[in-house]
Amino acid sequence: MKRMLPSLFLLVGFLSLWEMYCRVSGVSKTILPAPSDIFQSLITYRDILVVHTIQTLEETLIGLLLATALGVGVAILLFLFPRVRAAVYPLLVFSQTIPIIALAPLLLIWFGFDLLPKVIVVVLYCFFPIAIAVTDALHAVDQNSVDLLKSMRASNWQILYFVRLPSALPAFFSGLRISATYAITGAIVGEYVGAYKGLGVFMQTSANSHITVLVFAALVVIALLSMVLLGFVSVLERMFTPWKNV
Amino acid sequence: MNSSTDIIRGVSKRYGDTDVLVDINIEIKPREFVSIIGQNASGKSTLLKIIAGIVPATSGTVNATSIGYMPQDHSLLPWRTVEGNLLLPTDIRGASGQPACKRIHKLLSEFGLQQYAQLYPASLSGGTRQKIALLRTVLQDHSLLLLDEPFAPLDALSRIEARQWLLMLLEKTETSTLFVTHDIREAILLSDRIYALRKGKIVDMIPVLLPKPRRHEQLSSPEALALEKKLFTLLV
Repeated sequence: MKRMLPSLFLLVGFLSLWEMYCRVSGVSKTILPAPSDIFQSLITYRDILVVHTIQTLEETLIGLLLATALGVGVAILLFLFPRVRAAVYPLLVFSQTIPIIALAPLLLIWFGFDLLPKVIVVVLYCFFPIAIAVTDALHAVDQNSVDLLKSMRASNWQILYFVRLPSALPAFFSGLRISATYAITGAIVGEYVGAYKGLGVFMQTSANSHITVLVFAALVVIALLSMVLLGFVSVLERMFTPWKNV
Repeated sequence: MNSSTDIIRGVSKRYGDTDVLVDINIEIKPREFVSIIGQNASGKSTLLKIIAGIVPATSGTVNATSIGYMPQDHSLLPWRTVEGNLLLPTDIRGASGQPACKRIHKLLSEFGLQQYAQLYPASLSGGTRQKIALLRTVLQDHSLLLLDEPFAPLDALSRIEARQWLLMLLEKTETSTLFVTHDIREAILLSDRIYALRKGKIVDMIPVLLPKPRRHEQLSSPEALALEKKLFTLLV
């Protein structure tokens, strides 16, 4: 908490200046609403916001979970089969040059307006950082530890289980942290392109109606969701890599 | 437990056009402490890796019944506690952890290390980490221990303490030891015999006849100083 104090002071200072500017300059609420107006709208529209937030959170969590399973699974496969790795790894890196936002309309055409296309967008956003981090970490293991297990007549599976996977955990969590920040963005992008519910839809309809304060309210919710998700990943990291907290 | 003689016969290792080891012949009798001494890059660690079965030899045979190996780095797995690291060989064998766990705690108590059982290696001093790694190697009840410069990462005072500790540990076992070092005084203090390795070849084998149990002070005796001078001449 003490480490966050400077950031908190900076945030409070920024919000105060923003509030003062809105009150003194008389700028229209359609252009720039004051923080107090945003806070007020968060309370007033909480029921609607909760409905949209649950939808976005659902897409985010399912997508992130699938991306994690897929990322780790692909990383292990690429490690176990070096020939497959030689073929797939460059393509995997190349695939990241395709803007995912351009794929979203295609997904909509193929899979409709339901949950699935948004989950796929989240998976596409989140899969890569996890897969690359774990793939690299499985290879970058300390050779001394591998030699030690070989001298104990451990099989390749045992070396994977006892050495490579645990040693890849810190890299996995670094990848997961990046993916967690991408996950909500992925869900919002998916909703922007076409959806019935979700914070992306809420923002779009609010912007179309020139109710800027609600766009900001949705942004606050998105920022809070990202922070909670990152906090959750940090808690998991502490639980699963206790040796790093020594 | 250990009645056979472990023999390394005619072992050679070639990487590309470079001969790393040439026709190495070593004999280790039961309970004997044998050192291989040589400068950096003389092939000492490669020889140990060949004996441990980690690296294949280009030619030659290794006739050792059961081998425990401790790499140059202590190689305690950072994500396992001291107890977890000591249980690693048991986990790999898929054996029941209960009897092994009892034995581990008994040994930790015996050597004054009980308080570290639930700690992670990162929270231990360099000397304690080496002791735990040595204990893990000894615990496997192998007939031959291969120790690759186990005290290299330690400061001078910790090394003196760790050497005495190793001697004490080995007195309680039936194990033979093949010890690699580039420290002449360390080899003299610990060994029954010393093989001098130079550019991948054994240039001499020298018996160490200092009385046992050995103490650090013996290194100042005329016999030890004469051995030191002889080995220095052989290696440099």
